[in-house]
Amino acid sequence: MLATGVVGAVDDPWIRWDWTTRHLDVIGAALSQHIELTVVAVGLGVLIALPLGLLAWRERVLRGPVISLTGILYTIPSLALFSLLIPITGLSILTAEIGLVSYTLLILIRNIVTGLDAVPAEVREAARGMGYRPRKQLFQVEIPLAIPSIMAGIRIATVTTIGLVTVTALIGEGGLGSLIYDGLLRDFKTPLLIGSVLSVALALVADLSLSGLQRVITPWSRGRATT
Amino acid sequence: MTFIGEVIQWFLNGSHWQGDGGIPHRTLEHIELSAVSMLAAMAIALPVGIVIGHFGRGGTLAINISNVGRALPSFALLVIAFELFGLGAFNGAIPPFVALVALGIPPIVTNSYLGMREVDADIREAAKGMGMRARLVLWRVELPIALPFIMAGIRTSAVNIVATATLAALVAWGGLGRFIVDGLGQQEYPMLYAGAILVGLLSLIVEFSLAGVQRLVTPAGLRTSKSIQKEEALGTSFDSAAVLA
Repeated sequence: MLATGVVGAVDDPWIRWDWTTRHLDVIGAALSQHIELTVVAVGLGVLIALPLGLLAWRERVLRGPVISLTGILYTIPSLALFSLLIPITGLSILTAEIGLVSYTLLILIRNIVTGLDAVPAEVREAARGMGYRPRKQLFQVEIPLAIPSIMAGIRIATVTTIGLVTVTALIGEGGLGSLIYDGLLRDFKTPLLIGSVLSVALALVADLSLSGLQRVITPWSRGRATT
Repeated sequence: MTFIGEVIQWFLNGSHWQGDGGIPHRTLEHIELSAVSMLAAMAIALPVGIVIGHFGRGGTLAINISNVGRALPSFALLVIAFELFGLGAFNGAIPPFVALVALGIPPIVTNSYLGMREVDADIREAAKGMGMRARLVLWRVELPIALPFIMAGIRTSAVNIVATATLAALVAWGGLGRFIVDGLGQQEYPMLYAGAILVGLLSLIVEFSLAGVQRLVTPAGLRTSKSIQKEEALGTSFDSAAVLA
């Protein structure tokens, strides 16, 4: 996949800048695929987790099954889950995304339920007393108060997904993971190090941006200590 | 249907149960590497988390270490460890061992810290007032209360380690990941599938048995406490730790 470089040299340094400058396009493409895979996975994860989380919160009987089922998905190692999907969806981006979305569900649903549970009963009472209908109360009172917990879930899901995307290199996707895998296969440290460092950097940037976003959309919680 | 048949055939083939490449030996390798890494991670992380929690200093570090740990891709850790240490002794077990220990430490540190902080100051005072020495307070009061949290951290680490040990097959080590990696490489999908099933089963067994242990070590007086119930229902408290962070 990558253009040729001197490979497997015994004194191969950790980084070769000449290779790096010549392959900025490859690195950029890997980075943007990494971001794309992550955004799609977390986006779809949120779309699936919101209704499921609301349902699990509303209907107590469903809570156990929803959490256990997503918990089982979460426990299965990523490489195993991808492998189980290969006979069905092949070595494709679909396989990668199904796996990645599965891993976000437990984290997101759990934090949605925890956040909604934490809304104080007095607040609910007050809203009802002010004449809020259940739906309006949910969207204007309960969900906004659960945002810190939901956003914490989205942050954890995003950081986790960024790490897991590297594993999808084994099934032909991978984003920055493809640089790492390529470096391993060719015993060439430069792409390996660049892929690893950029992946960690991406996770930190994503986490900081999401926590910034959280401050913007919950102006009432500013001033209070929310680290 | 035929594919499922092929997977069943693979499992029924006697030669897949024998020798160094057989299911029993690969399973043993997987457990061996995971267990040794887990013990090392506990030996390092438990004292650190407990001491930080006991003295109440360095809490930010204890909490952030799991955030940083989460950002480190396990795949990258493994490959870098392999480049650093090479194949080396013990059939190439050293690189995955180092990576797995590094991966296992953060959740244990964070959860032990949170567990120790969970101990009410009033309870500590009461114990002291009853004439308990500092060491006794630690062993008889603080640790029993913190134990369910500590166990939750151990459980999260163990599940992570067993899962990541699968990737160790990429760099050198055997274990159950061998079936997956070789299955992918040789496009031998029944073997790939069998490996995935075995790894999935092992992970679930570890998760459920440690969840059981966690329940057992919860002191009777704490079993009804809301926070512990939440831990149980929600599983990996490593992540709820970050919710608090």
